[in-house]
Amino acid sequence: MKKYDKLVKNAVGRMVPTIVNGEEHIPFKGVGKHFPTGRKYAPRIASCANYPSDGNKTVSSLKEALVKAGLKDGMTISTHHHFRNGDIIANQIFDIANEMGVKNLRWYPSASFPCHEHLIPYLEDGTINRIEGSMNGPLGRFASQGKMKGLGVLRSHGGRYQAVQDGEVQIDITIIAAPSADPFGNANGVDGPAACGLLGFALADSQYADKVIVVTDNLVSFPCIPWQIHGNYVDYVVEVDKVGIPEKIISGTTQITKSPDRLLIAEMTAKFCDQAGIVKDGFSYQAGAGGTALSIGIFFSELLKERGWKARFIRAGSNKYPVQMLEDGLVEYILDGQTFDLEGVRSMRENPGHVNTSPFTSYNYHGKGNFAGMVDVVILGATEVDINFNANVVTHSDGYLLHGIGGWQNCLFSKCTILPIPLFRDRVPVVKDEVTTICAPGELVDVIVTERGIAINPKRKDLIEKLKDSDLSIKTIEELKEEAEKICGVPEKPNLSDEIVAVIKWVDGTIIDAVRKVL
Amino acid sequence: MNVSAQNIAFAGNKGDRVRSDCFVNLELAKEGGLQILLQSKVKPMFGNSINKLVEDILNHFEINNAKITIVDSGALPFVLAARIEASIKKLIKTDKEFLLELIPENRYQTKKDAFRFSRLYLPGNTPSLMLNAGIHNPNGIILDLEDAVAPDKKFEASFVVRNALREVNYYGAERMVRINQVPQGLDDLDFIVPHNVNLILVPKCESKNQIVAVNKRIDSIKKEKGIKGDIWLMPIIESALGVIKAYEIASAADNVASIAIGLEDYTADLGTRRTNKGTESFFARSMVVNAAKAAGIQAIDSVFSDISDMEALKQNVLVSKSLGFDGMGCIHPRQIRVIHENFAPDQPEIEKAKKIVDAFLKANEKGLGVVSLGSKMIDAPVVKRAQKTVDLAISLGLLEKNWRKDI
Repeated sequence: MKKYDKLVKNAVGRMVPTIVNGEEHIPFKGVGKHFPTGRKYAPRIASCANYPSDGNKTVSSLKEALVKAGLKDGMTISTHHHFRNGDIIANQIFDIANEMGVKNLRWYPSASFPCHEHLIPYLEDGTINRIEGSMNGPLGRFASQGKMKGLGVLRSHGGRYQAVQDGEVQIDITIIAAPSADPFGNANGVDGPAACGLLGFALADSQYADKVIVVTDNLVSFPCIPWQIHGNYVDYVVEVDKVGIPEKIISGTTQITKSPDRLLIAEMTAKFCDQAGIVKDGFSYQAGAGGTALSIGIFFSELLKERGWKARFIRAGSNKYPVQMLEDGLVEYILDGQTFDLEGVRSMRENPGHVNTSPFTSYNYHGKGNFAGMVDVVILGATEVDINFNANVVTHSDGYLLHGIGGWQNCLFSKCTILPIPLFRDRVPVVKDEVTTICAPGELVDVIVTERGIAINPKRKDLIEKLKDSDLSIKTIEELKEEAEKICGVPEKPNLSDEIVAVIKWVDGTIIDAVRKVL
Repeated sequence: MNVSAQNIAFAGNKGDRVRSDCFVNLELAKEGGLQILLQSKVKPMFGNSINKLVEDILNHFEINNAKITIVDSGALPFVLAARIEASIKKLIKTDKEFLLELIPENRYQTKKDAFRFSRLYLPGNTPSLMLNAGIHNPNGIILDLEDAVAPDKKFEASFVVRNALREVNYYGAERMVRINQVPQGLDDLDFIVPHNVNLILVPKCESKNQIVAVNKRIDSIKKEKGIKGDIWLMPIIESALGVIKAYEIASAADNVASIAIGLEDYTADLGTRRTNKGTESFFARSMVVNAAKAAGIQAIDSVFSDISDMEALKQNVLVSKSLGFDGMGCIHPRQIRVIHENFAPDQPEIEKAKKIVDAFLKANEKGLGVVSLGSKMIDAPVVKRAQKTVDLAISLGLLEKNWRKDI
């Protein structure tokens, strides 16, 4: 099986393989240009006759569950990142696989974290062939140096759901680590010692995987309510002493920034939204959990309070700040994809307006719509942006894989996508001629806000018109790029090989770019 | 070349928390040529240009045999150059300097009566804080060579400050440096006077003589380098003796544009503690204000050091303004706006100023020599002050440019 083959130039001018890990893939054709025909992937028909009539699906250990599920060479194993860096189950799964001498597995996580550095020996010895999911930290370094046996595939949260639904990725065994579950397999994220809020990322896997294993350290009698995961999809339930490390579930970036430069960028962004008429009674927004994004949320909430307005919904990653807005009556709903702190978890448990969502409702591109497009403004980060407004979120300017895509690509479909970013980071210009890796085609990026000025995509004539008398410093993207290079110098291109180590999927399953090996 | 007995020197900073800086270790040798070891996270993007800069500097100082190790945390060229030059000059006595371009954006002059509501203090040996200071729009940016720099770092800080004056865009803020206490501080002048510094803060000032000494040195540097242009002084009063001599200092020379008070040292000198209420410093602050006004210059208040409490800062500014101060120092960019908003003229002040300026302009239009408002005659200084208030209100966005159309 060839790692990759048959390179072609795609619609954004990048050379990408059309054979990846022996399977055919389609190069990116443009936004909204790829229309698959056919039907969705269908999981096998099950029969109640094969399951305990008393509903008790518990088995004694994770190993027993994996053996019963038929773990063998070449399978696709999926896990989820609800516990973020506090995940301990994924490592245990591959410890077991290694012990059993199983080889050539495809790991299909919804995201990986530094805690998964533990898996590097298994990537080296062939227990794991490749990761199809985000790779950062030590795993990103490993993959970027071309050490992974198979080719990495990075997908957005919506793209992950799409790939499963469309049958592009057929999951053999999924292991859902759940803070709370019953013996039938109903599970949720709001209760138990490792409560993490919700389990939305596991939805596709529960619906489509051949075998579904739920692991919990808080086994309750039937029914486990709310049942965010339905036991009717579940094969085995395993009770363990500990399912995750609660203190590491909390994301590290849930404090508003104290950096005066980032606060300035946040303030400029909020002001821009206000002057563009985006902030109004009943508006909606999505801001991530980074320090700058959180500060923008604070500025929004101050504007709402001052004018007696109320937002209709916040699309989140939630934490204490949106929760406070919900409880202060400044927003009617939080549509939450993952909770970043315990206040978020508590609110999801207590507040009917704090709603759990999944990549199906929020992001899946091969559905009859999703709500990403209904959000008035979305605030995203980026490692690089270029003069065509293409943006990169996965690699650093030196070429190393650094971040996953997360919901980032899916959010680009909002009514206004704003990237508040510093013009440079430690001498590395963020605005440049060409991004190292294209994750967003420029046509979907509307505004770049830097501490030294704001660039509006020339395609957004409406925004340019609205801001023409603004006191904000509006510049062209070329001006921003030149300013960055004047301060930092013109950077050399990273020293990359032609060899490809991973591909970046677009939300419709086509390949938008490839990541090259770092020399 | 005069090589000292020592042959190893270092300068700069390294470590996990260091940003936009570098650490240089220079070892002079008798043979073996130049050996440059660069460890940098931006090496893939800037490795070649950093190596070239290092070679240029070593060549400039005619160093042909040396091992230089650079641990770089994303330092800009002006920082790299400053660190390398400092390490060289720790080993070699030379009058040569390695000067980068004085960027065109930094070649402006300021007026004696420029607005000085806010002036942002930055430690002279911390380049990461300098890069973005100007974008927060303080009236002035102070690169501090005095209390914010550890004694053993003062030598290398002077190179960072010199290079920053040339290469870092100030975005129009008044370019200020606080030198060390005179007489030690006189040597600092060599690093700043030739590089278009607009205003020099003279700390712990206690006599006219200190100002005279500073000006003497400034004049000789200007003459030697053929520099024109104004350099303003802001003496800082920080002792009981300084307070008593405030008027003597304020009127010591024509280029003294304002005098400031530094309350930490002053209260220590009194043997008391600084309180939020400030009763202990009321006399000193009033003395400084009166001395300044008597000398026809600005009075500038001390910094407010609790950077998290914006409400307390606001109250502090309002008291300061009511005492007659024209501005105050700040130590964090978030303080700038609070200072500006509260030193800014309020609506009644603006209305009064508008009436006076309007009366003056009308009198001019009619060719009248005397300006009057109602039954009152208006003196020239009053008109001037009103015009300043109007200009200020416009620059702060409190008044439209063409405000006269509504009158």
